[in-house]
Amino acid sequence: MSGAEDIPAQVTSSTSITPEELAAARAASVPAATTVAAGEAAVPAPALPQKATIIVHSGDFDKIYSAFIIGSGALAMGMECTLFFTFWGLLRLKKGVGLDSGPLSKMHMLGLGKWMIRRRMKKSNVIPLEKLAQDFKELGGKIMACDMTMEIMGVSQADLRTDLIEEYCAVGSYINEARESTLTLFI
Amino acid sequence: MAEITVDCRGDICPVPLVETRKALRKAAPGDIVEVLGTHPSSKTEIPMAVKALGLEILEIGDEGGEWKIRIKR
Repeated sequence: MSGAEDIPAQVTSSTSITPEELAAARAASVPAATTVAAGEAAVPAPALPQKATIIVHSGDFDKIYSAFIIGSGALAMGMECTLFFTFWGLLRLKKGVGLDSGPLSKMHMLGLGKWMIRRRMKKSNVIPLEKLAQDFKELGGKIMACDMTMEIMGVSQADLRTDLIEEYCAVGSYINEARESTLTLFI
Repeated sequence: MAEITVDCRGDICPVPLVETRKALRKAAPGDIVEVLGTHPSSKTEIPMAVKALGLEILEIGDEGGEWKIRIKR
């Protein structure tokens, strides 16, 4: 099966899927083949790449972690993945701020809770957030930055992590990504 | 054909899965990627990823909580 490494799971609408294959596909969260948009109905459904799109709205330390863990997990499982950073999430992509600089979403306790969690994470050998973001990029993950947030918050491209961000865009671009995704999350 | 070893012993979610995928991306068709680890969930999830990628598992071994998965790219 060499050469198939970058081809996502082949799930077709054919009736020849065995129960074993179906169970495996379900176990791997692979849905049945998606139909194309109405305007393209005449074109036979292409083998769509399985894709995950995640809106990163929160700037909280633990939630940014969740976004990157799920994102890199999706890539590792053979899906494509886009993270759309907006509002408080986008502020974590400012230069010199640090992806992990946000508070804990619960029990932050003026930083004491975060300090404790970080200590536990280090003890458990959890990957640093910055390293996880680099892995996300290396596996072909895409990061989009919301330009409306940039305007509201007075942030320019020069203020942001251009090493991570691939595209500066608005809701239409997010929807365009999400409409072809089999998994979308709002974090 | 090269044989690549990924040592994830002591690493937890999502590192073994991510490191496996990184190694598979770098490997050439026909290469063998051998992953060593201790994280229990990864032992079941790496084979799921391998299946989703359309690749082949050659061997899954476990010795006292230390597992080894051999994958053919």
